[in-house]
Amino acid sequence: MSNSERPNQLFRNLNAKIASIPMILTALVVFVGGTAWTVLYSFTNSKLLPRLNFVGLDQYHRLWSTSRWLVSIENLLIYGVISLVFSLVIGFLLAALLDQKIRFEDTFRTIFLYPFALSFIVTGLVWQWLLNPDFGVQRVVRDLGWTSFSFDPLYNSSIVIYGISIAALWQGTGLIMCLMLAGLRGIDEDIWKAARVDGIPAWKTYLFIIIPMMRPVFITTLVIIAAGIVKVYDLVVAQTSGGPGIASEVPAKYVYDYMFFAQNLGQGFAASTMMLLSVVIVIVPWAYLEFGGKKRG
Amino acid sequence: MRYKFLTAAFAATVALNFAGPAAATDLEVTHWWTSGGEAAAVAELAKAFDATGNHWVDGAIAGSGGTARPIMISRITGGDPMGATQFNHGRQAEELVQAGLMRDLTDIATKDKWTEVVRPKSLLDSCTIDGKIYCVPVNIHSWQWLWLSNEAFQKAGVPMPKDWNEFVAAAPALEKAGIIPLAVGGQPWQASGAFDVLLAAVGGTDAFLKVYKDKDAKFAGGPEIAKVFKAADDARKMAKNTNVQDWNQATNLVITGKAGGQIMGDWAQGEFQVAGKTAGKDYACLPGLGLNEVIATGGDAFYFPLLKDADKSKAQEVLAETLLDPKTQVAFNLKKGSLPVRGDVDLNAANDCMKKGLAILAKGAVIPWTDQLLSQDSQKQKEDLFSEFFAKPDMTLEEAQKRFAEIIASAD
Repeated sequence: MSNSERPNQLFRNLNAKIASIPMILTALVVFVGGTAWTVLYSFTNSKLLPRLNFVGLDQYHRLWSTSRWLVSIENLLIYGVISLVFSLVIGFLLAALLDQKIRFEDTFRTIFLYPFALSFIVTGLVWQWLLNPDFGVQRVVRDLGWTSFSFDPLYNSSIVIYGISIAALWQGTGLIMCLMLAGLRGIDEDIWKAARVDGIPAWKTYLFIIIPMMRPVFITTLVIIAAGIVKVYDLVVAQTSGGPGIASEVPAKYVYDYMFFAQNLGQGFAASTMMLLSVVIVIVPWAYLEFGGKKRG
Repeated sequence: MRYKFLTAAFAATVALNFAGPAAATDLEVTHWWTSGGEAAAVAELAKAFDATGNHWVDGAIAGSGGTARPIMISRITGGDPMGATQFNHGRQAEELVQAGLMRDLTDIATKDKWTEVVRPKSLLDSCTIDGKIYCVPVNIHSWQWLWLSNEAFQKAGVPMPKDWNEFVAAAPALEKAGIIPLAVGGQPWQASGAFDVLLAAVGGTDAFLKVYKDKDAKFAGGPEIAKVFKAADDARKMAKNTNVQDWNQATNLVITGKAGGQIMGDWAQGEFQVAGKTAGKDYACLPGLGLNEVIATGGDAFYFPLLKDADKSKAQEVLAETLLDPKTQVAFNLKKGSLPVRGDVDLNAANDCMKKGLAILAKGAVIPWTDQLLSQDSQKQKEDLFSEFFAKPDMTLEEAQKRFAEIIASAD
């Protein structure tokens, strides 16, 4: 063949490229396009219907001077730290315990994973009852004789977000446990044997050998947990609807309320742009560290 | 064999077609009337509409207006409009009308002389945008009521209060008897509505209009409104032990004598009725909190999205006429506990509380309500403020009033 020293890059794997066009278009139009549209309209004073009437940064000024938004951000931070730390720690501990070749492992695994099969709405309603002072835990303990016992996180503004976190942990830890368990099972038996021969105690083996080896699993879990944190909405709606007062509001709920209840799209878009920004601030440095450095084989 | 089957099927459809009246059209109607009293009332509307030979497809959306309105609006803007939908008349559907998504009812209105029968006139005014009528008001709901439980006051051993001030004075006695003095549910609109009622009652009609109609922020931050915040502070203290969310659960506390009273619109009356309670004997009502006997002419109305289907459009006209029919008006409003929008209907069956309302209406002591005066955006900000205020005992009055004035300053 004379004129084919090097095939045109554009036409290599042509079939595969054609096949991926729909997905590329979807990604561009729906994700990138939708995001750009939202950011653009967050600079307008759109009310019920989107209108291109620019007002500069007014929506953002209003957003950051609204106490409900500030409370939402604070709640998201508390909720985020709690669910990140506790679901990782509890999930890993449960997985490590299950990994000790115990009896009835299947049964325990099913029990721990079961809450994950429930939606956040159901989880929220269940915990709303459990934490209700007149029907739930407080009542049971009082009936047992401790009449001054008080445990009503959902009705106390200063600790309500912890009450919500309890429900979230109950629901989500099982999944984290399963991911961790899969990671643990992926570790070669020989490593354990070698560690035992060297006389390293089990906890040290976990901390300094196994966990560093499970890095990919940890990264996956981290992404799953982080996504769950930013989008938390239904749990709050089911448990407290943001109450008492505005003590358990979260950003996603602010976006929804202002876009649809208050018929103020501009304000809702500004809030969702801020949510996007917070995700970007977390993701970009991480992605840079993960993919930007030297290429790993 | 197969042909026989088909013919039979055809025969069946034809028979069905002829069995019903010639122009039976299904019309989906969405609303948020789901509590016991409300459901009974909406069944009356459905019955009346079905009697015209059409079919009312009930599209009830649970969770009160705040949940239902976004669903309705997104269906209309998203191109899947229902046949008719409830809104509170006023500014909730304003932009939908401006965007040309709603049907202009002016022709039917002129034909049936709505301007003459609908009373007070302000109701139709809030349905009118640019001289055209876009909605059918079905009832007048006023927020200005204090519902009191006779049982609770008997148990506490204090006489029934005649106005808000006496009620506040009786609160310690109620508390001592283990009764929550004032029931305020956790939904944000309840706290904000209670404040508006206090504003009209304690501050007076002029103050109410100055704040919400003229949007005078300086006045809203001034000493006269400070008095209202003082009353709201009393309400906050009296309500601090209410552990319920929904308004009808709060009303239920009053019905069962667990709470002394509730500031709630006259829709609460439907709940008392469903529970088999009698006005004057089991419960009492104080319009305007007994201080300033006015009622606000908020309420519900039906809007009709613009449809392409000719049959359905025809059915919309029939529904619009049915809703304002004197018979429907009486049947519906008796069950709902609200006041009819026509002055010419016979309401002998009305109970004591409704009669009080009708008398005030006849005197013309009416004010427009916040749904008519403020945009949803300002309403929501107000809700956020007052739900925070009622839930947070350490929020100072000065801070709350300052933020209230800011909302009024930016209100539209």
